[in-house]
Amino acid sequence: MDLIMETAQQEVLSEQKTNPGIEMKGSAALLEGLLAEGVDTIFGYPGGAIMPIYDALYDYMDKIKHILVRHEQGGIHAGQGYARSSGKVGVVFATSGPGATNLVTGLADAQIDSTPLVCITGQVFAHLLGTDAFQEIDIINITSPITKWNYQITDATEIPEILAKAFYIARSGRPGPVLIDITKNAQLQKFNFEGYKPCAHIRSYRPKPIVRKEYITEAAALINSAKKPFVLWGQGVLLGRAEEEFKAFIEKTGIPSAWTILGAGAIPSDHPLNVGMLGMHGNYGPNVLTNECDVLIAIGMRFDDRVTGRLDKYAKQAKVIHLDIDPAEIDKNVQSTVPVWGDCKETLPLLMDACEAKQHPEWIEKFRSFEREEHAEVIDNELFPTTEELTMAEVIQVLNELTKGEAIIVSDVGQHQMIACRYGKFNNTRSNITSGGLGTMGFALPAAIGAKFGALDRTVVAVIGDGGIQMNIQELGTIMQCGIDVKIIVLNNQFLGMVRQWQELFQEKRYSFVDITSPDYIKVAEAYGIPGSSVSKREDLRTALQTMLDTNGSYFLEVMVMKENNVFPMVPQGCSVSEIRLK
Amino acid sequence: MSDQNQKEISIVKQEYNITVYTENQIGLLGRIAIIFTRRKINIESLNTSPSEIESIHRFNIVITETEDVVRKVTRQIEKQVEVLKVYYNTNEDIIWQEMALYKVPTDIIAEKALVERLLRENGARAVVIRKDYTVFETTGHRSETDALIIALQPFGLIEFVRSARISIIKDSDGFNRKLREFERIEPGQDVIENEFLNSRDKVFSM
Repeated sequence: MDLIMETAQQEVLSEQKTNPGIEMKGSAALLEGLLAEGVDTIFGYPGGAIMPIYDALYDYMDKIKHILVRHEQGGIHAGQGYARSSGKVGVVFATSGPGATNLVTGLADAQIDSTPLVCITGQVFAHLLGTDAFQEIDIINITSPITKWNYQITDATEIPEILAKAFYIARSGRPGPVLIDITKNAQLQKFNFEGYKPCAHIRSYRPKPIVRKEYITEAAALINSAKKPFVLWGQGVLLGRAEEEFKAFIEKTGIPSAWTILGAGAIPSDHPLNVGMLGMHGNYGPNVLTNECDVLIAIGMRFDDRVTGRLDKYAKQAKVIHLDIDPAEIDKNVQSTVPVWGDCKETLPLLMDACEAKQHPEWIEKFRSFEREEHAEVIDNELFPTTEELTMAEVIQVLNELTKGEAIIVSDVGQHQMIACRYGKFNNTRSNITSGGLGTMGFALPAAIGAKFGALDRTVVAVIGDGGIQMNIQELGTIMQCGIDVKIIVLNNQFLGMVRQWQELFQEKRYSFVDITSPDYIKVAEAYGIPGSSVSKREDLRTALQTMLDTNGSYFLEVMVMKENNVFPMVPQGCSVSEIRLK
Repeated sequence: MSDQNQKEISIVKQEYNITVYTENQIGLLGRIAIIFTRRKINIESLNTSPSEIESIHRFNIVITETEDVVRKVTRQIEKQVEVLKVYYNTNEDIIWQEMALYKVPTDIIAEKALVERLLRENGARAVVIRKDYTVFETTGHRSETDALIIALQPFGLIEFVRSARISIIKDSDGFNRKLREFERIEPGQDVIENEFLNSRDKVFSM
């Protein structure tokens, strides 16, 4: 039994000169802790059970920015956007009861997409727990399956230590959301605050597995002997801040590499070894050649079913090397030949050192040949359509040209999301922010607000469908109030497009409740004080996008696009990746 | 063993004993339980109690599943922040016992049964003997505790209870030493329980 972990050196850290402490309320101690963690932005919504914290926040207004959202779901998605664009922990406040339950979708989204969050919820007085008190809900049990960790505080003295643990757990290892539920009495209770000590170790928690050298050696041997090696990378590269290490690894080994949608941007879209996107609506070559490669190297990705298609026909010919920080991901969906446990920031350089410098021009040419075919069959039709109607892809293409691929694109869920990921140009890491695992409609608008706060010097463009924009449209109010600069593009095809596409392809065009109407978005935006315009003609598109980008502050651009267009290529559900369809 | 054979074995469902060492934390039982319920796996037996170290709890969980599923589930359990270590073992890898208590009317037992023989045959002992009822206790495998139910049923069995399974892993050299060493280096923390629920009337709140 290897229970004994590295003895912590942080004991020394905490042995600072004995602090006599100062008396303060739990709520003030919480804010002191947030300051000590370097928190600069909080997304939240007040309410009865979190009032003492908001009262304390009144005294910290000049030190911490608080963004008043319009709905707690908007708050948590904004926190996610902030975390994804900045790489820091997103912080969200909500009250008890409905405030807390409104966080649930965002927590689930952050859990499945490994987004570091610390959510603070108010809770009724401790003596009322379990009495069905006003706005009491058992948020700890509700959120257990969708948080990395959660904890209920009933005594103020716990606050500094638990908060420190929360931040440590949220950001370390495979990141994830943490929820801290604080009863009102604990927020009000005065205690002797002896200062905030960051947490760097929990005895039962091992954020990253120990790297085993023998697996590095085995993996390198496989890579060195491979004729057709193929790298799949995911968000782990971004989360591990290992973009440089990743780039160096593939450049040395010369291996063609494809990305999952959350991995996009780790290397630039036009990098010569970047062969495109994986999965159901990914590129043609990467999907087909998954079933032809001899060594498959998966880096920081989890073989989601939208990536693998039918598992029993997935890369069966290949030896699989799987690099992941989370041991539970190894062999979960795809059996690995060599499991490389560990943080890819550490394992990639080790692996690179053990690998020979190589090039695989013929093998890469295969990807390029599939790419040409995809261009001829799909991409060219999307970018240069012969119809009068605009396509989603040409909107993204013009956006790429105008932003030169420097923007952060935040997409919602559905057809426009797949188009934004497929056609978006990403020069930089942390540039493609989207709800990957959970597929949460309504994610993009609030996430874009958060993303902008997390990266104030970058252009943030939210690309949203006409369905998704109506799911959290109230966050236009947040934009209005805090004056943040978010460019909103609604790609309006007057349908819930992705469901419609499936109904067309697999249910004989039985269009069941996918025909969705929209309000006059420009009027809605105007009511919120946001300028906007609507375009439907090709000749107006570029000017409209340019106006949007040139506008000082937020802008709402509606683009009317082809009503019944489909996203291709497509791996139909239940099919193998090599059965991908071009039409 | 060929690959083919290995595959066949891994798809056979059998009883697995999952041993989990955890911190003593409120809510952890729920976190562990939902890992099974999410996958629609029935927990057949669950015992949780302090280990030889007060702050470390030991769970014994029994499920019937394939090894592949059990391995994945144990990794998910081990991923929980407050879980120290997880093992899984087949019944061949462990020594296990369940305890059972049987309450029967004393008069009938005294009159009709050869109590001594019954006790001897089933490895049972009397825990309490009162005028109105007698409580027997036995420990053993399920089949053994079941056998005594059958034996006592004709004599007016009043109440029966069986404990969860506890098990010792055959190949567990040094467990106790390592656990103590671990606790010595980094002592566990006390659980903070709600101390306000009993003083509800004395608290004014709104």
